Amino acid sequence: MSILVILIPAALVLGLIGLLAFLWSLKSGQYTDLDGDAWRALNEEPDEEKTRR
Amino acid sequence: MSCCVPTQVYQPMPSGGQDGYPSRDEVLFASTNAGDGLIQTHIFIPGIHCGGCLSAIEKAMGALPCVKQARVNLSAKRLVLHWTRQDVDPGAVFGALAGLGYQAHLDNGSAARKDDTLGRLLLSLGVAGFAAANVMLLSVSIWSGAKGPTRDMFHWISALIAIPAVGYAGQPFFRPALRALKAGHLTMDVPISLAVILALGMSVYETSNHGENAYFDASITLLFFLLIGRVLDHVMRERARGAVASLGRMAPSGATVIAQDGSRDWVPLESVVPGMVLFVAPGQYLPVDGIVVSGDGEIDCAIATGESDPVAAKPGIAFPAGALAVGAPVILRATRPARQSFLAEMVSMLEAAESAKPRFRRISDRAAAIYAPTVHLAALLTFIGWVSVTGDWHHAIYTAIAVLIITCPCALGLAVPIVQVVAAGRLARQGILLSDGSALEKMAQVDKVLFDKTGTLTTGNPALRQAERHNPKVLRLAGSLAMASRHPYSRALVTACEDLSLVVDPESWDNLREEPGKGVEAERDGSRYRLGKASWALKDRMEDGQDSVVFSRDGCALDLYYFDETIRDGAVETVAWLRGQGFAPEVMSGDSAAKVAHVADTLGIAQVQAGMSPADKIARIQSLQSNGYHVLMVGDGINDAPALNAADASIAPSTASDVGRRASGFVFLSNSLDAVRMAITISRQARSLIYQNFGLAVVYNLIAVPVAVAGYATPLVAAIAMSGSSCLVIANALRLNLPSARRKIPQKFAAVTQRQGAHPTIQTVGEVG
Repeated sequence: MSILVILIPAALVLGLIGLLAFLWSLKSGQYTDLDGDAWRALNEEPDEEKTRR
Repeated sequence: MSCCVPTQVYQPMPSGGQDGYPSRDEVLFASTNAGDGLIQTHIFIPGIHCGGCLSAIEKAMGALPCVKQARVNLSAKRLVLHWTRQDVDPGAVFGALAGLGYQAHLDNGSAARKDDTLGRLLLSLGVAGFAAANVMLLSVSIWSGAKGPTRDMFHWISALIAIPAVGYAGQPFFRPALRALKAGHLTMDVPISLAVILALGMSVYETSNHGENAYFDASITLLFFLLIGRVLDHVMRERARGAVASLGRMAPSGATVIAQDGSRDWVPLESVVPGMVLFVAPGQYLPVDGIVVSGDGEIDCAIATGESDPVAAKPGIAFPAGALAVGAPVILRATRPARQSFLAEMVSMLEAAESAKPRFRRISDRAAAIYAPTVHLAALLTFIGWVSVTGDWHHAIYTAIAVLIITCPCALGLAVPIVQVVAAGRLARQGILLSDGSALEKMAQVDKVLFDKTGTLTTGNPALRQAERHNPKVLRLAGSLAMASRHPYSRALVTACEDLSLVVDPESWDNLREEPGKGVEAERDGSRYRLGKASWALKDRMEDGQDSVVFSRDGCALDLYYFDETIRDGAVETVAWLRGQGFAPEVMSGDSAAKVAHVADTLGIAQVQAGMSPADKIARIQSLQSNGYHVLMVGDGINDAPALNAADASIAPSTASDVGRRASGFVFLSNSLDAVRMAITISRQARSLIYQNFGLAVVYNLIAVPVAVAGYATPLVAAIAMSGSSCLVIANALRLNLPSARRKIPQKFAAVTQRQGAHPTIQTVGEVG
C-alpha cells in the first residue's frame, strides 16, 4: 500500500492541473465567443494584426 | 461573398448624423476607455450569423485607417472596435458595414459589460467538478473494497478536498437559502443546502469514528450537477436580456440641437429642455414631444400612435416623441423635456400595468413550494420512525440524512433550466429572442391572442394597389424616377416594378432631383416628368389625394397610383392557424375604423376594435383576464407598450418601438408573423417536457425514498441514483431538438422575404443561412 503515498498525490496534482487549466481558459476569455471561435478554426488566412486582441 | 450577407435594404434607423449614421459625439458618448489612449466601441450587428460574415466584417474594418483593432463576437453579434478619440469616424465604419449589407447599431456597451456573476458561477462549477472527480476516484476505491486504515485515509483525504470545495462552490445555494429562510419561505435552495451541509457533517463524524460509509462524494457531486443547472439558467437569462437590450439601443439617445447662431450640436436626451430647437433628419424619430417650426416633409406616427397615414409636418402642429420624420428634415421646438414626453407617459402607464398584474409564479417555484416541505417531512418521519422502533439515535440520524441526500432535487434543479435553454436555442435559430425564462412558461398557457394592426399585422410599408392593372411601360418609368427617393410610396413603386420584373433604370434621366415634401422630378427627351403630390405634379392645381401619388409629363397626368398597407408575411396563415387552435384572435388598433376593418377582413379576424387609446387596450386585456383568459398581446407601437406589459405574454417584432420591445417577453427578428405560431408551439413543447421531467423526478423519488427510508441508501446507491436521474432529465430535454419535435412545426411559411423595406429587414432565420 506504500505506493498510495505516490499515487494519491499524483492523482490530486493531475486534477489540480486540470482545474488550473480551466481557470486559465476562463480568464483568457475562451468562453466569450464559442460560435465565433468555431468558425475561426476553419479560417485559412493567418490572424491579421488588427483582429488580434 | 458569404452565403448569408443580407440584401441591401433601406436604412431607416439612423440616430444622429445627417448622413443617417451615428454622429461622432454619439459614438464618443457610447464608448468606454480601453487604456493605451484607445477607446472601445461596441456595435451591434444583428445580421451576423456565420464565419463568412465574421471574416468579411473584420477584413473590411481592418482596411479602415481609423480603426486600430476590430474583433467580431459571433455569439453576441457584436463588433468591438478599438480606436483613438481623434480618429473616430462613424461615417467610415457604418458606411463600410452598410456597403457589406449589414445593419449596424451603436451599442453603449452596458449589455456587453463583463458578466461577473457568470464568471463566479463558472468558477464554482470548475471547483466542484475538480473536487467531485477526485473524491469520486477515492470513493470508487472504497467501494471496490478498501478496508480499515486505508479506508479511513481515503475518507480523510476526501474530507480534505470536499469541505473547502463545498464551502466555496456551495455559496450560490447557501446565500439564497439563508435569505429565503430569513424571509420565512422555502425555496429549492433550502433542501439543497441542508442536504449538502448535513451530509458533509455526518460524513466527518463517521470518518472520525472509523465508519464504513461517508457521503463526501454525494455532497460534492450534488453541487456539481446543480451548478450546471444554475449556470445554464444564468447564461440563458443573460443572453436573452443582452439581446433585447441591444435592440433597444437603436433609438436616438440624444438630439441635434440648433443653437442661436445656427450651429448644430448633438446633446444627450436628458439635456434637452423645452424651448430648444431641434433638427430631425428624415428617417429619424422625434426625440421629444414638440411643435413643428419648419419643414416640408411628413411625419409618420405609426409607431407612436398606430395611425397609418403620415401627416404633413406643417408649422404649429404638435407631434409626440417617437414619431418618424419622412421625406424631408423637420425643425422642431421641444415642448416638454424627455422625462415628461409621450414616451415617458407610456413608460409610467406600463409600470402601473405591471403592478396591477397578478404575480406570476414560475413552475420551479411552485414545485419547490410542494417539494421542500415534503422532503423535510419525509426525513423527519424517518428519523422519528427509526428512533421509536430501534431506539438507535445514531442510526436514525444517519438514515434521515440519507433520505435528505437521496431526495435532493438534483434532477429537479436541472429539469426546468435545461429545457428552457434548449427551447431558447431553438427559438433563437428561428429568429425569436426571449427577454426572460419565465416568458416561455407564460407563453405556454396563452388561450387568447390580441393583435395590434399598424406595424404588426401590417408592415407599415405601403404597397401599390392593383400593380398589374397599371400600364407597365408607364409604371417602369415611374419606378425609375422613384429610385431617387426614399419616400415610402417611392419605395413601394420600385418594389412593385421588381415584382412585375420591370427593369428600372435611373440612369436614363437628366437633372434628376427630389423636391422635399413634394416629389421627384427629372427631364428626358425635352419633357419634364414629375412623380409626387397632385398639386405639385399637375398644371391645373388639384386637391392632394389620399394615399396616392401622381405621375405626370409636362404637367399632364400619365397615371395615378394608390397605395394600401402591406399585410405582414405569414399574417394570413398565422391568423388561420390561431383560429384552428381555437384562439379567436382579435385586433385592437389606434387607427381609424375603416382601415382596421379592411385589414381584419383580409385576414378573417371577426373581432375588431378601432380607435383604441393605450388605456382602452389595457382595459380590454384586464377584462379578458378577469374572465379567466390568459392573453397574448402582439404589438409594436409605443402606444402598445402598456398593453404588452399588461398581457400575460407578449411578443413584438424587432421593428417595434424600444419601449414596446422592452415590455414584451419575446422579440422576433424575422419579417414573418409566423414567429407567433413558432413561439406558442415551442413554448408548449417546452412546457410538456418540463412536466415530463418533473414526472421523471417524482418517479425517481417514489423508488429512491423507500430505499433510503429503509436504510439501504449507501453512498454507492446515492451516487448512481443521482447521476442516473440527472442524465435522464438532460436526455429528455434534448428531445426538443430531435427531428420529430421539429416536424410538428411545418416550415412551409417560415421563409423570410427580403423586400419589405421601411423598417429594417433582419435576417436571422437559420434555414436561410
